[in-house]
Amino acid sequence: MAVKRKTKKSFWQHKHLLSLRDLTVEEIAYILDTAQGFELISTRSVKKAPPLRGKVVVNLFFEDSTRTRNSFFLAANRLSADVIEFTKKSSSVSKGETLLDTARNLEAMGIDIVVIRHSAGGAAKFLSRNINASVINAGDGYCEHPTQGLLDVYTIRKIKGSLAGLKIAIVGDIAHSRVARSDLWAMSKLGAEVIFVGPPTLMPPQVDQLPVSVAYSLDQVIEKVDVVNMLRIQFERLGGNPFPSVREYSHYFGLTVDRMKRAKPDILVMHPGPINRGLEMESEVADGRNSVILQQVTNGLAVRMAVLFLVNQAAAMED
Amino acid sequence: MSSVLLIKNGRIIDPANAIDKKADLLIVDGRVAEIADHIQEPPQPDAVVIDAAGKLVTPGLIDIHVHFREPGDEEEETIESGSAAAVAGGFTSVVCMPNTKPPIENETDVEYVHRKARQARKTHVYTMGAITRQAAGVELAEMGFMVEAGAVGFTDDGRGVQDPAVMLRAMKYATMFDTLIAQHCQDEAFAANGVMNAGLQSTILGLPGADALAEQAMLWRDIQLVKKTNVRYHAQHISTADSVELIRAAKKDSLRVTCEVTPHHLLLTEQACCDYDTNYKVNPPLRTQQDIDALKTAIADGLVDALASDHAPHLQSEKELEFLAAPFGIAALECALALYVKALIEPNVIDWPALVKLLTAGPAAVIGIDKGTLAKGRQGDVAIIDPNTNYKIDVTKLRSKSRNCPYNGWPVTARIEKTIVAGEIRYSAGP
Repeated sequence: MAVKRKTKKSFWQHKHLLSLRDLTVEEIAYILDTAQGFELISTRSVKKAPPLRGKVVVNLFFEDSTRTRNSFFLAANRLSADVIEFTKKSSSVSKGETLLDTARNLEAMGIDIVVIRHSAGGAAKFLSRNINASVINAGDGYCEHPTQGLLDVYTIRKIKGSLAGLKIAIVGDIAHSRVARSDLWAMSKLGAEVIFVGPPTLMPPQVDQLPVSVAYSLDQVIEKVDVVNMLRIQFERLGGNPFPSVREYSHYFGLTVDRMKRAKPDILVMHPGPINRGLEMESEVADGRNSVILQQVTNGLAVRMAVLFLVNQAAAMED
Repeated sequence: MSSVLLIKNGRIIDPANAIDKKADLLIVDGRVAEIADHIQEPPQPDAVVIDAAGKLVTPGLIDIHVHFREPGDEEEETIESGSAAAVAGGFTSVVCMPNTKPPIENETDVEYVHRKARQARKTHVYTMGAITRQAAGVELAEMGFMVEAGAVGFTDDGRGVQDPAVMLRAMKYATMFDTLIAQHCQDEAFAANGVMNAGLQSTILGLPGADALAEQAMLWRDIQLVKKTNVRYHAQHISTADSVELIRAAKKDSLRVTCEVTPHHLLLTEQACCDYDTNYKVNPPLRTQQDIDALKTAIADGLVDALASDHAPHLQSEKELEFLAAPFGIAALECALALYVKALIEPNVIDWPALVKLLTAGPAAVIGIDKGTLAKGRQGDVAIIDPNTNYKIDVTKLRSKSRNCPYNGWPVTARIEKTIVAGEIRYSAGP
């Protein structure tokens, strides 16, 4: 028999959301369950709930982002928080105000939650060690993008019921992808078998030591996977010339109508967006019946509401 | 009147002269006068007598790789503050790297370093000069004039000379003075702007990694150029198992190739970066346990010529940046001996005489200076070491101006008791 505690403690204890690698299966599931509750709010005629009333959320974006920034903005709004948008194009912190100074200045204004996107791996963790506010990682370099990973597994779980035993291909520039990393941690923890697909030049060092298998062509895996997540080729991140041409890349790694014919009929086609149509996938596939790309966006809102809600609650417990 | 210093009852370890015995050491007028089992206390009333019972008495330690940041970054370190840290660490001779702002690239710059060192009056300070103008890797700097001014070697440390033709030219030219070409081995094409070792850790952390191949590729290239030029060549801070094998082969071929190893490459792995602590951001990056094991084997096999701290002080405000943006470097000159003992003596990799050699006669031979020995008539540079103590490294107490030292709180067993430079006590440990 469990002893009743005097103070009611939530299962969720983290004031920050920095990475999925650090979370347990139970914690990930808890966020997904919480998100499920918030999904309903978006379908009501009054799309607002009060839990973050009087709280201030800063969207601190040092990299370009439309959908993640808007999604966080809307999520915070729906929870009745005040939102400050802070966008700074320059990712160089060696010149001008440092990240630390920027954050400390914002904190001096009395903010409660910082949502940070930054080009340096570890930036969110760095911030969390140096300020009192809650920190939510909205993408740090190519380390992690936890809310993307969460919305991906949320979307899969919602349709497939569970991730256990599913085979999931993540295709593209794995080396420079924070989405691939967050997906890998969340998906493998939830029992899926993850396959990284891409040219060796776009695989990260010692990928063989991650809980993942690797394939160098989409044809090798297309018939057996339950989910295929097509990463965006981020030309701005690609150094040098990791593949000879877009044409050749598409030949081996593009999700074409032809390849889709060999896939399982209920395969889920995902993409973190924005899509390079004709490069990662043909338009017919992106808009086809297996595509859940727009559902990912919708689910992202619920997931981000859940994350904002949970970190705020944990911070309140700490105080 | 002559000045007299007598150190009694210590265990004198002087590898250059194959001495390891309990004896007394007499220094007269700043020079070694005698080592004998029992030396009578001198009659002079102002003679200094030190009882070193239970202590090690060694030639003053030599560190051939420090960054004292002067001129240009005096807020990080000066020749004065660096010299104070040096003597507190037992180092009576250090070699400054020339990547200051501006770089040490002509005889005036060399003389500037020497003058600042004389003013500090702590430790002997030598400097290397830049191989190329502005250390830009393109045109040769005035090596000849710098040699005449006292430069003990040349390096573009902080970076390697990338262009093989420039390196070949530098090596050929250096043979005219039989001076030393030292290299920070890192092929920047392979290093690819990495901020840590390329491997599983960098993959997990989402940070760009520098492949170990970057070091090995440049070292291999340079060794081919040494074969062609027969220059005296020194591989600075080697950090990988593959580099060890290249050095092993070069030495087997009797090439004039030497190398050094830092304490951090013997004590820390890439794993230390797992929390993005920028105090572990260093170049060459922290590698793997396998590399540490290979470096220790190399040291045990006598393949390594010198231990060197690569003391690289940085401001806290600079290290308080994201891992990607923070500067490279660890500042650990003052606690270096304790770290070497931790890495090499405590796990029985080598014994004390071998360690002392790597900190005295070894580095002196690399740069070709008349130091690192207690031979009669040589300058009286001495370190007195307590080899059996227990304390914790306290970074806040270090004399360096900077605090980018990741060893705070580490338990260690060796401590510098006294540092004597030219017969003068320049450092004494507190009670």
